[in-house]
Amino acid sequence: MRAYWTLVRRELSGFLLSVGGYIIIAAALFLMGLSFVVILEKLQKPTPMPVTELFYVTPFFWLILLLTTPVITMRLFALEKFSGTFETLMTTPVSDCQVVAAKFSAALLFYALMWLPLVGCLLVVHHYTNDTAALDGGVVAGTFLGILLLGGVFISLGCCASAMTRSQVIAAMLSLVFGASVFLLGYLASQLPAQDDWQTRVLSCFDLFEQMHNFARGVVDTRPVVLLVSLTLFFLFLTLRVVESRRWK
Amino acid sequence: MSDDLMIEVAGLTKRYAGNTAVSDISFTVRRGEIVGLLGPNGAGKSTTMRILSCYLPATSGTVRVAGLDVFAQSDEVRRRIGYMPENNPLHLDMRVREYLKFRARLKGLDRQKSRQRADVVMEQCGLTEVGRRIIGQLSKGYRQRVGLADALVHEPELIILDEPTIGLDPNQIRSVRQLIKGLGGKHTVLISTHILPEAEITCHRVVIMFDGRILAADTPENLQKLMSSHSQVIAEIAAPAEELQECWAQMAEIEQFDVSPGEGEYFRCALTPRDGLDLRSQIFSLARERGWSLRELTRSRHTLEDIYVQVTRPGEEES
Repeated sequence: MRAYWTLVRRELSGFLLSVGGYIIIAAALFLMGLSFVVILEKLQKPTPMPVTELFYVTPFFWLILLLTTPVITMRLFALEKFSGTFETLMTTPVSDCQVVAAKFSAALLFYALMWLPLVGCLLVVHHYTNDTAALDGGVVAGTFLGILLLGGVFISLGCCASAMTRSQVIAAMLSLVFGASVFLLGYLASQLPAQDDWQTRVLSCFDLFEQMHNFARGVVDTRPVVLLVSLTLFFLFLTLRVVESRRWK
Repeated sequence: MSDDLMIEVAGLTKRYAGNTAVSDISFTVRRGEIVGLLGPNGAGKSTTMRILSCYLPATSGTVRVAGLDVFAQSDEVRRRIGYMPENNPLHLDMRVREYLKFRARLKGLDRQKSRQRADVVMEQCGLTEVGRRIIGQLSKGYRQRVGLADALVHEPELIILDEPTIGLDPNQIRSVRQLIKGLGGKHTVLISTHILPEAEITCHRVVIMFDGRILAADTPENLQKLMSSHSQVIAEIAAPAEELQECWAQMAEIEQFDVSPGEGEYFRCALTPRDGLDLRSQIFSLARERGWSLRELTRSRHTLEDIYVQVTRPGEEES
């Protein structure tokens, strides 16, 4: 556990003590700002939707998710492999599992930090509209839960991509491709005609759009929670196998 | 018996896709010894060290550190090892003291102990005055010392250093060697190098590797003897060529000789002694006795290359 926290701290400071980290936050903030403008436009007319849902229906959520996660995760393993510090890390008595978990947690923490300005947007809306629904605790919590869960999936994907290569650029491209595939799978699932054969039912489980939409409405269903957590664990397991593969005979 | 052995390598082979980096090597290192792995680039030194430090698995063979198997009991072994890889990779964005504390924590020391040990190794490696500097801004010599300090920070039983003096200036090399020498006795040290004098100065024992195999493993003195058995003495003497040839042929200590005309009346004699004897004083007295004028008298220095040539092709020079 000691090594885990030491590594999490190290990774987080890697994000926060470099320009890169702030560029990512700035880029995400810029996109959030754009979506904020759209939200304000929509708020001109009375609407039954909570503000978080208004935010979700702008396309910026997916844009931020798809674009920032590869950039956050690309350095995790690839940079260490490139600079050789991976060798010094793996020859200390830390387990592969701890390393993967620590790197994932640090990336997820940074990702959560990156989303915090959204709370600011909501506060602004709340302040100027006196709309109690704008900052309903449950709805905001649901939205952030969704953001974290989906982020977990995309960050674990990115971890896996980063563990596969020594080049950060390749890692970023790989995780963009993986992420886009998951995204397209979700898109495909959302476009399915309502049929009752088993293929359709299986595929419709991956309707990330509908799931995130529900989170943004404050509806927390256990099914998507289980799905997203299992997907995250699955990709982390793959990452662990990739890291371990160095020691395969 | 095995209590006394720090490293036991038996029949170690490592193959990378297609080529064999290390083939069937065996050696042992006793506790407290400083052993040098000597060999040119690509001899398999780094691969051996990576396997010893549990970074890579061996293809076959057994490797034990302090009686523990490096593959099956990797965690326990890693606790006992301080390893500095080739090129000494460091987190360049961290400060020296911060980095050492971070590494100590990773190696299982608690907060207080890691702070304390970081200060001790900084003192030991001469880093105290740069403790707050960012590693990326330090000179190569200082970085190398940071790597060494990292290897020492958890007081490991076995310290593995892969080319610790590469790229340093002569003064820095001397201080690093001093440091390594000081580690013997208390720690077991395995260093790799391709510089012969370095191994001579710092190590109790030298293992010469070439092309994935061990050619020789002995004390530097014995290896020196082995080498000098084929070393030549070069003498430039002004004397009639026939007289010289006759004289060399009569000397029992000389195994082979070659007399070739040099500048003016001088002849250049290349003499190969038997059993590695040093013939220089004998030749000098001979020249004085006979009234020859002696202009040069040297013993040809053997480089590492020569040893490889000798050990890989034994018997060729005798024939």
